[in-house]
Amino acid sequence: MENICVLLTYPVPEYLVQELEKRFTVFKFLEVASNPQLLREISNSIRAIVGTAVCGADAGFIDALPKLEIVASYSVGFDKIDLVKCKERGITVTNTPDVLTDDVADSAIGLALATLRRICVCDRFVRSGKWKKGEFELTTKFSGKSVGIVGLGRRGSAIAKRAEAFGSSISYHSRSEKQESNYKYYSNIIDLATSCQILFVACALTKETHHIVDRKVIDALGPKGIIINIGRGAHIDEPELMSALLEGRLAGAGLDVFEHEPEVPEELLGLENVVLQPHVGSDTVETSVAMSDLVIDNLEACFQNKPVLTPVI
Amino acid sequence: MKASLDGSNQSGEKMAAMDELPLVLVHALPPFEISFKGRLQSRFQLIDSLDSTFAPHVSVLLCVGPSPVSSDTLRHLPSLQCIVGSSAGVDHIDLAECRRRGITVTNAGPSFCEDGADFAIGLLIDVLRRISAADRYVRAGLWPMKGDYPLGSKLGGKRVGIVGLGNIGSEIAKRLVAFGCRIAYNSRNKKSSVSFPYYANICNLAANSDILIICCALTKETHHLINKDVMTALGKEGVIINVGRGALINEKELVQCLEQGQIRGAGLDVFENEPDVPKELFELENVVLSPHKAIATPESFASLQELIVGNLEAFFSNKPLLSPVNLE
Repeated sequence: MENICVLLTYPVPEYLVQELEKRFTVFKFLEVASNPQLLREISNSIRAIVGTAVCGADAGFIDALPKLEIVASYSVGFDKIDLVKCKERGITVTNTPDVLTDDVADSAIGLALATLRRICVCDRFVRSGKWKKGEFELTTKFSGKSVGIVGLGRRGSAIAKRAEAFGSSISYHSRSEKQESNYKYYSNIIDLATSCQILFVACALTKETHHIVDRKVIDALGPKGIIINIGRGAHIDEPELMSALLEGRLAGAGLDVFEHEPEVPEELLGLENVVLQPHVGSDTVETSVAMSDLVIDNLEACFQNKPVLTPVI
Repeated sequence: MKASLDGSNQSGEKMAAMDELPLVLVHALPPFEISFKGRLQSRFQLIDSLDSTFAPHVSVLLCVGPSPVSSDTLRHLPSLQCIVGSSAGVDHIDLAECRRRGITVTNAGPSFCEDGADFAIGLLIDVLRRISAADRYVRAGLWPMKGDYPLGSKLGGKRVGIVGLGNIGSEIAKRLVAFGCRIAYNSRNKKSSVSFPYYANICNLAANSDILIICCALTKETHHLINKDVMTALGKEGVIINVGRGALINEKELVQCLEQGQIRGAGLDVFENEPDVPKELFELENVVLSPHKAIATPESFASLQELIVGNLEAFFSNKPLLSPVNLE
């Protein structure tokens, strides 16, 4: 398969690059982009794209690559892939569900604990020598608080399972009620926000869920509420979130994703009631290997004319 | 009695009150104090000095924070029957002397155990997933160069060794099961009601664990329980979380192991000489440091108030104490 050309549209872990290079001829977009001639030469040969949560395959890429057969995303989200265009051209699209569910759920709970118990602030307090001059403040208890989850898919369910072990009451909002679930369902996200203190955003990003957490939801959550976002930055109206945090209308936020990654609004950088992560919800060695293996398996299946393992369409 | 010779009206009132309300000595060395004195004063007669004329008659001592209760303290209190503690640990109380004199001791474990467990797990996820380090990274504006940002380590499936399966240890175990961790423990004695594997030897526990969470009491036996041998048994991928007492770990050896990469990382809420923290730790990205606040939330202190009042009332009405410490 060495003759099959694969385009990497964004950096991925070294393990995946190595595994791809064992099997295919790999071009990294960030390297070839500065060389228009090379780009022209290879565009007729590219049969596969490997994208990520940050950069997938938009209309521009798809139009430029007439031989494209598959977009294999190193992510569970596929909002950066033009699915309509792919469907038109008969291009297979795959993602990496399930293997990263545990890590993302662990990250969500870790963010909630870090936000409520101010763990990062504690660490800064000790490292700066301030402990020698005075005591640290009290922080807010996590166990037993009411938890609301937006999206009860794989990640939402995994978050719920963990939160239950902390004695939290769980409720959720999603497109439709999940009959097999025992948690309380709210068809209206405002009602969910009113009922809970910790709101986790864990749904897929679609037209309907764009800015699903807006001013009204933030107001309903209230000044004691915190928001944890392990979905996509665009799930939250970021300017509204910012002003709520700065004006004390929201107690805090734990954010792994932002509307314009890797840009993070400057005002957040000075706040003690937020925890900021560079989109690392699934970034562990173990999961990275599992996700990489799944990308490889999907590509190999495609080029062996077998059914891919985790198709999106 | 001295008080009757003292012409002050205050003492006269106190003498009268003494017949009505039970007497409690509030033992609080500065800077420690209780915030709910008013509530106690409506139910109990409070004195605050070992030199008070009433001290010899006191049957209950309320110990505020880690104010030491030494054998010397106890010598001032010949009628003492019970010490009501206000912290999870009781290592500041001369337990041997209490045992000898038949004095019961209560601690604040039940009030603090959920918060203690939450914080231990928060520290653990932070160390494995680099939450504080990544937060620093973003705040320093380094994200655009993230291509080389180190990956963290998955929590699910890891073997967790809990050192001390008391109030806090049990709550930690309950939570980590939901994350898919495998639990084992070391404790003074095997707990018959618990199904997790028990290791009598701490090195064996460490050898069979990826993570050690230290949450046992500090006693003569457990001083420096975690030393270089235990850390070597834990191994290069191992993580240590300490929400017990600093002296449970040989701090010098811990710092060496961390600096030399003999263990993966550590989350520490307690240190041997608080608030002094070995400055070598400040250079390390694989440690998370906290100023002994694992249990400090308004919720736990509200619960503590209820527990203290509950223990005092139980004592004076001859009912079972709510949170007695086993002095054996």
